[in-house]
Amino acid sequence: MNWLVSPRTLRRQGVMGMNQRNLHFVGRYNPREAYPLVDNKLRTKRLAEKAGIPMPDLLHEVSRQHQIEAIEPNLSQLGEFVIKPAHGSGGKGILVIASRDRGAFVKSSGERVDLNHIKHLLTNIISGLYSLGGRSDDAIIESLVRTHPMFSKLSIDGVPDIRVIVFKGFPVMAMLRLGTHASDGKANLHQGAIGVGIDIQTGEGVGAVQRNRPLTKHPDTGEPLQGIAIPNWRDLLTLAARCHDVTGLGYLGCDIVIDAEKGPLLLEMNARPGLGIQIANGNGLGQRLKAIEALELFAPSLEERVDLAMNGLAGRAME
Amino acid sequence: MQRWPFILAVALLFLTGLGIATYRYLDTGMPLLPGQERAVWQIEARIAFTANGGAAEALLTLPPDQNGFEFLSETGASPGFGFAINRAGPQRRAHWSKRDVEGSQTLFYKLDLVQDTGRRVTEEKPRRRSADSFDGAYDTAAKEVLNALTPKSANARSLAEQLIQEINTEPPDQNMSLLLQRYSPVRLIGALLSRADVTARTVKALRLRDGRRRQRLRDYLQVWHDDGWLLFDPRRGLIEDTAHILVWQTGNPAVLEVIGGTRSRVTFSMVSQDQPALGLARERYNPFDLSLQNLPIAEQGMFKLIMTLPVGALVVVFMRLLVGVRTSGTFMPVLIALAFLQTELLAGLIGLVLVVGAGLLLRFYLSALNLLLVARIATIVVLVIALVTVLAVVSYRLGLISGLAITFFPMVILAWTVERMSILWEEEGPLEALIQGAGSLLVAVLAYLVMSLAPVRHLAFNFPELHLCVLAAILLLGRYTGYRLLELHRFTPFLKRSP
Repeated sequence: MNWLVSPRTLRRQGVMGMNQRNLHFVGRYNPREAYPLVDNKLRTKRLAEKAGIPMPDLLHEVSRQHQIEAIEPNLSQLGEFVIKPAHGSGGKGILVIASRDRGAFVKSSGERVDLNHIKHLLTNIISGLYSLGGRSDDAIIESLVRTHPMFSKLSIDGVPDIRVIVFKGFPVMAMLRLGTHASDGKANLHQGAIGVGIDIQTGEGVGAVQRNRPLTKHPDTGEPLQGIAIPNWRDLLTLAARCHDVTGLGYLGCDIVIDAEKGPLLLEMNARPGLGIQIANGNGLGQRLKAIEALELFAPSLEERVDLAMNGLAGRAME
Repeated sequence: MQRWPFILAVALLFLTGLGIATYRYLDTGMPLLPGQERAVWQIEARIAFTANGGAAEALLTLPPDQNGFEFLSETGASPGFGFAINRAGPQRRAHWSKRDVEGSQTLFYKLDLVQDTGRRVTEEKPRRRSADSFDGAYDTAAKEVLNALTPKSANARSLAEQLIQEINTEPPDQNMSLLLQRYSPVRLIGALLSRADVTARTVKALRLRDGRRRQRLRDYLQVWHDDGWLLFDPRRGLIEDTAHILVWQTGNPAVLEVIGGTRSRVTFSMVSQDQPALGLARERYNPFDLSLQNLPIAEQGMFKLIMTLPVGALVVVFMRLLVGVRTSGTFMPVLIALAFLQTELLAGLIGLVLVVGAGLLLRFYLSALNLLLVARIATIVVLVIALVTVLAVVSYRLGLISGLAITFFPMVILAWTVERMSILWEEEGPLEALIQGAGSLLVAVLAYLVMSLAPVRHLAFNFPELHLCVLAAILLLGRYTGYRLLELHRFTPFLKRSP
C-alpha cells in the first residue's frame, strides 16, 4: 500500500499531526491574547517597527470607504506597491503592482488593471471579504519587495518567502516557498506552490516537493531546484528568533523575504503554521520540538538560540 | 488540566450518565429499544379562535371508538372555560363554554391512546340514509358513470376501487369532469356509491406520525364491506394498513363549531411513546419527575429533534478530529442533518444541492456589484428564499410533493453556505470548494444516518442522561493527539524513508 502510511512509521520519524500541533503546541505555547499581534498585519508592523525588526514599508492604510474614493492622488505618486488585507491569510486578497503604464497599473504577471479594479479590491478588503469570520478589515498598502536576483528564476509572479518555524525562540525548521502557475504565484503549498526544505544549520536546500510529490526542476521555468543556498542565513534566523521575543508566541511560523537591497525582511507571522514543511524537509518536527522542550537553559540569549539552532541542536536530537 | 484528573472527570461523567440511565431503566421499566407494537400516542388538538365579546362556546367533534386503538384518557385543559364531553350518539363532542370572553383564545384537548392492532369494535351496519341525490344533468352523468363501472366490479369494495381509479384518471372522462365541477372528489365518490346502493360515508381522519405538529384532518372514504368499514384514500384507493390512521369524525356535525367567535381553527400535534413512558406520564403530578414526557406535546415533538443534536455533534467531532474531513463551517453539517431528518434524505439532498448550486451562480453575479458584506449576505438570504419558493412551486406543479420539504432548511444557514462556498471558490479554487462541499455533505449524511436510527432517537429522548456519556466521548476526542486518518495519506512521502 503506498497511499497510506502506518502511524508507527510516522511516529518513528517524529511527524507531527494536526491534532498534536493544535493541542500540544499551538494550544499550550501560544497565549490567546498574542494572536491579534500576528493576525492583524497592521499591529505586526507597528510592533516590528518599535522593536526594529525590518519589514516592507507601510505606505498607506485604508479603513474607510471615503478613503477609497480619495485614494487616487496617493497612488499616483507610487510606481510599485502591494495591497493586502490586514487580516488576510493564505495570500488571499493580495494585489502586487510592479509598474505603471501611463494611467494603468501593471501587475507582476504583466496584466494591466485600472483604478476601478483597485478601488473594488479595497472595498472588498475593508468589508471583510478576506478576513476570518467576515469582520470588517483594514487594507494595507506597502512597498514592493524586490526579488533577490538568485530567486528571480525560481518563482512565478510573487516573491519567494522562507517560512521558519520558531519554537520557544529557537528556529527549528525552515522551508523556501516558490510560487508556480498552479498556485497563481502565491506561496501557499495548498494551492500548488513548491516547498523547498532548507537545512536549518546551513541554509541549503535539501529537496523540493509540490503537492506532496518530490521534484527536481521548477515546473514552469525549468530552473533546477537543487543546490539552492539562502544568503545571509544567520541574519535570517536571528530575525526569525526575534519574532518570538516581541510576540511572546511559543510556537510560530515566520515568513521572511529577502529583498535585493535591504536583505531579510519579515513579511508576516503565523500562530498556526501548517504541517507541510515536514514533507518539504523529509523530516518530522516532533523530535526537534521535544529536544527543545527538554533543554534546561535559563533564558538563553538571542545569539545563543541561533547558535544552538545552527549547531544542529535539532539535528543531534534526531540521531 | 492534568491527565489523570481529566480522565477521572470523563469517567465520572460517563458513569453518572450510565448510572442514572440504568437506575431509571430498573425503576420505570422504560425499554431500552423502541418497541413496535402497542405504542402510546399522545394527541393534542389546539383550537384557536377570536372571541367577539360576550358568551362563547366551542364544540369539537371527538373520535369514535374504533378498531386498532384503545383510548386511555382525555382532558380538555383551558383556563376559565367550562368543559364537558357530550356522549349523546355515536359521535362524541367536547364542549367548552364561557360567559364573557373577548380576544384570541386557545383551547386544548388531549387524548392518550394505545395502538392495539388486534382490537376490534363491533359496529352495526348503519341504516341507509338518503344519499346526496344528483339532479338534472348530473343525475344522467352519474348514471352513465355507474353503468360503465358496475359490470366491471364484483362487490362494494371493487366498485369503490374502480371509482377512485376512474376519478383520478387524467384527463377524466366527460361525465366525470362534469360531476367534478359540482362535487369534491370525496363527496362525489360517496354519492356515487350511495346511488349504487353501497353503504359509504366520508370521514375525516388524522395520520399519526411521530413528532408532527400543526397537522390537519384529511378526507377519507369508508365503505361497508362484510360487517366492517373499509378505509379508502380518495386518491390512492384502499388503505390496507390503517394502524396509523385515526378516524376523527364521521357523519354530520362539523369537526369544530364555535359560537360567539370568529377565525376558528383546529390543528393537531402528536408524539408516540413506548408503553412504560405512559406510566411516567400518568404520574406527572409528581413535582420531582423531571422527564421530558411532562412537556406539552408540541414541545415534546420539538425535543425529540433537539435531543438528537448532541449525537450529530459527536459525529462531526469524530469526522473532523479522527478522520480529518474538511467541512465548510464547523457545525453546519449538523444543522443540515437536522433538516434532512424532516425532509427525508434524498429529497433533502437534491433540494440542498439545487439551491446551493443555483445560489452560487447568482452569487457570482453579485460579486460584480461590489457590495459590503452584510448587504451581500442579506441579498443572498433574499435570493435563497426566492430559489426555495421557485423550487417548491415547480416541484409541486410537477407533482413532486417532496420538493416542498426544502422549506425545512434554515434559510440563513443556506445563505451563509452559499457565501462561504463562493468565497472558497474564488480564493482557493473550485477544487477546494468541491472538497469542502463534499466533505460537509458527507458529514451531514453520516450525522443524519446516525441521528435517524430508531434506537438512537429512542435513547436520546427517553434517557436524556445518556447525553452525559456523549459529552464524555466528545471530551475524550478533544484530547486526542494522534494522527487523523487522512494524514496517514497526506504524509505518504515519509513511507520510503522508513527503514
